[in-house]
Amino acid sequence: MTRAFSGRDSDELTLDRLSRDELGADDVRIHPETLEHQARVAERHANPQLAANLRRAAELALVPEDEVMAMYEALRPHRSSAEELETLASTLDGYPAPLCAALVREAAEVYARRSLLR
Amino acid sequence: MMDQQRVNLDGFAHEDVGLGLVALHSPHDPAPSLVVADGLVVEMDGRAAEDFDALDSLIATHGIDVSVAEEAMALEDVALARMFVDPAVPRAEVVRLVAGTTPAKLAQVVALLRPAELTMAMTKLRARRTPSNQAHVTNLLDDPLLLAADAATAAAYGFRELETTVPVLADAPSNAVAVTVGAAVASAGILVQCSVEEAMELEMGMRGLVSYAETVSLYGTESVFVDGDDTPYSKALLAAGYASRGVKMRVTSGAGAEVLMGGAEGCSMLYLESRCVSLARAIGAQGVQNGGIDGASVAGAVPRGVRAMMAENVMVMARNLEACTGNDALMSESDVRRTSRTLPMLLAGTDFVCSGFGSIQRYDNMFGPSQWNAEDIDDWLAMQRDWGVDGGLRTADPDEVGRLRRRAAEACRDVYRWLGLADFTDDHVELAVDAVGSKDLGDPDPMVVLGAAQAIRSSGLGSLQVARALQECGYDEAAGRVLEMLGARVQGDHLQTAAIFDEQMQVMSLVTDPNDYAGPGTGYEPDDRRQAEIDAIRQARGVEDLRVDQAQWRSDDLKGGGPSVQGSDPREVVIGLSPGVGRTVWRTLSGLAVVDVLRELLAGLEEEGCTARVVRVNSTLDLGMVGLTAARLAGSGIGIGLQGKGTALIHRRDLPPLANLELYSMAPIITSSLYRLLGTNAGRHAKGATPVPARNPYTDEAVEARYHTSVIALVALERACVDRSLDNEDIEVVR
Repeated sequence: MTRAFSGRDSDELTLDRLSRDELGADDVRIHPETLEHQARVAERHANPQLAANLRRAAELALVPEDEVMAMYEALRPHRSSAEELETLASTLDGYPAPLCAALVREAAEVYARRSLLR
Repeated sequence: MMDQQRVNLDGFAHEDVGLGLVALHSPHDPAPSLVVADGLVVEMDGRAAEDFDALDSLIATHGIDVSVAEEAMALEDVALARMFVDPAVPRAEVVRLVAGTTPAKLAQVVALLRPAELTMAMTKLRARRTPSNQAHVTNLLDDPLLLAADAATAAAYGFRELETTVPVLADAPSNAVAVTVGAAVASAGILVQCSVEEAMELEMGMRGLVSYAETVSLYGTESVFVDGDDTPYSKALLAAGYASRGVKMRVTSGAGAEVLMGGAEGCSMLYLESRCVSLARAIGAQGVQNGGIDGASVAGAVPRGVRAMMAENVMVMARNLEACTGNDALMSESDVRRTSRTLPMLLAGTDFVCSGFGSIQRYDNMFGPSQWNAEDIDDWLAMQRDWGVDGGLRTADPDEVGRLRRRAAEACRDVYRWLGLADFTDDHVELAVDAVGSKDLGDPDPMVVLGAAQAIRSSGLGSLQVARALQECGYDEAAGRVLEMLGARVQGDHLQTAAIFDEQMQVMSLVTDPNDYAGPGTGYEPDDRRQAEIDAIRQARGVEDLRVDQAQWRSDDLKGGGPSVQGSDPREVVIGLSPGVGRTVWRTLSGLAVVDVLRELLAGLEEEGCTARVVRVNSTLDLGMVGLTAARLAGSGIGIGLQGKGTALIHRRDLPPLANLELYSMAPIITSSLYRLLGTNAGRHAKGATPVPARNPYTDEAVEARYHTSVIALVALERACVDRSLDNEDIEVVR
């Protein structure tokens, strides 16, 4: 059994419940623990980078859609100053999303060196 | 004449290192190097850490397994290249070592592989055991009903991923819904994508309108990356964003992209692509679509460019990623050349042989025409069957396709109506069901689609509402399938490398269906059911089919008589028939009724003042013996031999069996007037006059390919009628 983001067992995603309007968006949204489980599977299959991505995803699973999209936008070239990226990293720390925060800080350092900051 | 060939419509370029118009090697490609200090990469491919660009930084920090780097980098290129090919070296060992290689190293290694070796490497190194294929489903109008019908068709033909896109960006959410509905009507477990600008695609993915993403472009130089308005780090976040909502994602790269954007920095296409593939692994993408893609024609224009595109795919596999192997954008006007480019991948099998087989008409393909399009599906099915390989497609029964198209278009209409997105007429449904392409739809109002798309976007509607609408409108099975795909997002098993769903919703991936090729007798082989599917193309015929065809031409105009006796009239010519004629064989390969052929022969003889007799020779189907038997029975000593398939000759009683006076060998193209001429000439031979020899008709078409199946079946019918115990019998032809 796998739990959805809402906590509902994925086996409960039935047409019957659908017809009673009992299913909501979070019932079909992946749970961070599931992503952590998939990360371990990826690790066992010789892809630690995929595992790392799935662990960053587990962190972002808690972050609302609009914010995820805004973070992507902030990391595009010449969109953010060093301070803005640090603010973003701190926000991520707060979720907590330390792996994503680390990625943003790493990007900030590279962007500074490569003139990719705003 | 050579200039007229279609291959000369293609552009061919001289190598130009400055422009990056070079496939495998450039003098500006760095020499492979790797220096690790305290577990950190401090130099890679000749560049010190402080000089790393954004690609180098991400690759060096995340993409290199430093625990095997020393071992891997110390290997001779040729030693590692041999491991790619050697079936005794397990895939896992290649994957382990390649994880420690730099981009320049891997590029040099795969550049050593010759075409047959690339094919072997692909067979062994692809991630998933079972090959698959992906289709483009788009149209000029973004018409939802046609998209739904075409998605159903694509699913019926066996495609497991459907990629749509839009001519009008804002239509994207509508296309995603329409294709999702059409796919769900036809099959469980179809992955659906809508390729648009990165941010919009992410939004649709997160909202559950699509089940995978592919338009996440990587480039081999930092400048081109930035021109594409991204960095390796923004892409890394994108990758995590998709996975955070359970959406499968692969990145896109491929030779020629940097050249097209004027930013190749003098490097070879293979080296730049190697950087992309390293980056894909480094950011944690599960797979890569490469092998030219938008730059396929650029790569194809230079020497060894096609080989470089295949080498790109092999790099992806060696880095333990899903390979969606190009054969996407049309790279040649020549059917020969595009087949040549694709064939090795079809033979080897890849995770997706085409990263977009245009399942729709060329003019409706909004990615541009594909390397393979709807009109090529029969060719693809024939190639699969010829080689006994699985290119992901199957024959679809036309009645079933018609039923699915109707149901898909109706379901889409009903869903749009129920969700308040648009109201389509019954006429529109009928047009979409029967349409070959969007040109058959007339001139629908483009604002309808745009309005529907805006309504989907602004209401935040997702696949859960689509499932609900399907259910409310009475499409329980399709509703269940959309819901299952949503359930799959919760499970997340399809986030593993090279995942697809089979029609029972089982995930097939590197984890659940790993490629276990280790030489002959191992690896993927179609199971009996799949092999039967590959073999059973709709055009295949057997003897029984032909027997039924022939029986439709049965005639009462040939009547059997008594045993034949020796004739004495010096003007008598005998026409000998093979044993099946008038029993099971009634029609020649040229489509004439045998009785009509006989009438022409008889008329020709009559014009020469000869008498004629028709005799069925029951003891042999050999045309020479049939003709010779007829000649020996004839008072004149001249006979005509006629096989049911239409082959005919003139014989004389003193000739050896295999000789003849005239022979019509090309049965499929012999006309009535030629048979009459044969009768005339036989008459002249009988009279001792000089015949005007008939010219055998000639064609440069593949007549043998077209007719040999029928010939074999006709011969089988004739052979079944051979009976040596029977006399030759006179046959009356009703005139």
